[in-house]
Amino acid sequence: MANIISDETIEYIGILAKLELSEEEKERAKKDMSEMLAYMDQLNELDTDGVEPMSHIFPVSNVFREDVVTNTDGSKDTLFNAPEKKDGGFLVPKTIGS
Amino acid sequence: MNLMKMTAIELGRKIKKREVSVTEAVTAALDAAERKEPQLNSFVTIDRDGARKQAGIVQKRLDEGEIDNPLAGVPVAVKDNMCTKGLLTTCSSKILYNFIPTYTAQAVLSLEQAGAVVIGKTNMDEFAMGSTTETSAFGETKNPWNLSHVPGGSSGGSCAAVAAGECTYALGSDTGGSIRQPSSFCGVTGLKPTYGTVSRYGLIAYGSSLDQIGPVAKDIADCAAILETIASYDKKDSTSIRRDDYKFTEALIDDVKGMKIGIPGDYFGEGLDEDVKNAVLKAAERLKEKGAIVEEFDLSLVPYAIPAYYIIACAEASSNLARFDGVKYGYRAKEYEGLHNMYKKSRSEGFGAEAKRRIMLGSFVLSSGYYDAYYLKALRTKALIKQAFDRAFEKYDVILGPTAPATAPKLGESLSDPIQMYLGDIYTISVNLAGLPAVSLPCGKDRAGLPIGLQLIGDCFQEKKIIRAAYAFEQTRNYAYSPFAEV
Repeated sequence: MANIISDETIEYIGILAKLELSEEEKERAKKDMSEMLAYMDQLNELDTDGVEPMSHIFPVSNVFREDVVTNTDGSKDTLFNAPEKKDGGFLVPKTIGS
Repeated sequence: MNLMKMTAIELGRKIKKREVSVTEAVTAALDAAERKEPQLNSFVTIDRDGARKQAGIVQKRLDEGEIDNPLAGVPVAVKDNMCTKGLLTTCSSKILYNFIPTYTAQAVLSLEQAGAVVIGKTNMDEFAMGSTTETSAFGETKNPWNLSHVPGGSSGGSCAAVAAGECTYALGSDTGGSIRQPSSFCGVTGLKPTYGTVSRYGLIAYGSSLDQIGPVAKDIADCAAILETIASYDKKDSTSIRRDDYKFTEALIDDVKGMKIGIPGDYFGEGLDEDVKNAVLKAAERLKEKGAIVEEFDLSLVPYAIPAYYIIACAEASSNLARFDGVKYGYRAKEYEGLHNMYKKSRSEGFGAEAKRRIMLGSFVLSSGYYDAYYLKALRTKALIKQAFDRAFEKYDVILGPTAPATAPKLGESLSDPIQMYLGDIYTISVNLAGLPAVSLPCGKDRAGLPIGLQLIGDCFQEKKIIRAAYAFEQTRNYAYSPFAEV
């Protein structure tokens, strides 16, 4: 597997991860990720054909309950740590047409 | 009488007998922390006023016979990734520099209900990502045994605080060894329970399928009593497990006759420090003298645990840390153009280098085209590792080995080479992948005087077996539980 991380890949990861990297950080990330992925490629030595991917250690299933409201209005708590708020909502920069 | 040299059980007993008041106990911890913090930096926040107020409330509850827990009135420190209502909770990250939770994590709440008094929040690697506590945005914590060395991580603040007597015990969290490795480096006892045993409600998530909260204390009796108090089925945590037996202190028995202990030969190969190896094998010898059946075996797959872990943990971290976007809580960039730029700038300015490294790696292994090759491959490897442990536990009650390949490194030596740092997790990480319980307890010191940790691993839900083996070993140690360094 090719592990050379290109400039385009770093840009793409920046979009996925919602991170804006400086040129220096990008170079560092390219180097680090190439090394890490090369290291992770040693998993390819393992034959995992027919092995089910294991997300959970224990057999888990959905837990259902009746859809009954048990909590009270928590909006004050929810907004308590908001960097900016207005009229009982989170305030964010304008996102639709001006 | 130095209250800070007592175990939690001892101090709790004195409080119960009214030989020591809760205020005296809590003040002793606060004063010790105040004296030692300029050198150690174990804490992000010390809550002097809150703790003293709480001490009065707990004393009243004790006087009125409302509480009867061995930990009542005993001062505790909590890792700064567990939410505490009204008390700053930062995850040692700039992105949560001002976050004041409006609720308390279930594990902390269980302690408080039992009468424990939280004196403060301990330093950690940012978002629990690291092995040295050097990635904290609030400065590194120093190792109480030698101030030019790291305390380990990520629960380095909790372990240093216990070792230095700044608190009587602490809570940590363990995703890949974050309770056990710093416990080993700081000469204290730290236990990671079976996955699902302690509620994760209110624990700020790093790798949700791996994270577990556990106790850090002076000895195994304390760990058992703390675990008994914090373990519970909690419907607020969808991975919480209802267990049949929560009486962990019943396993504090000095008897390992006939107990089958396996030593993985593949834990003793290249890269293991000679002093660590000798101390751990000597501990095995002690248990054998007490009647345990000790055998060497091959666990297999050991080197593959690290890449599998970093793929899974980073993948989960990239998803879990998506919530930090400058909208709901924490840091928001001062200048930005539009919503997306605000997200990006807040995150880029708020996260430190290691957090960014893991978020990016996680985003990559989950991205289209790489998901099968990395993420699913890692989950398949995890299944094989679990099977290897299942086979081992068909033969053995307990697996014994070192906690870490070496003792605490010097400050400033680890972060420049991430892979080298990750290799230090080799003996702890597979335990998280398989969901197993494990404890690290002191078993000696190296030639430089730094503590060495012995790791005992049990099968899922078999905490009692490792507690019993640890307790039996403690009776053979000539320095009991005295990890106190001169600070």
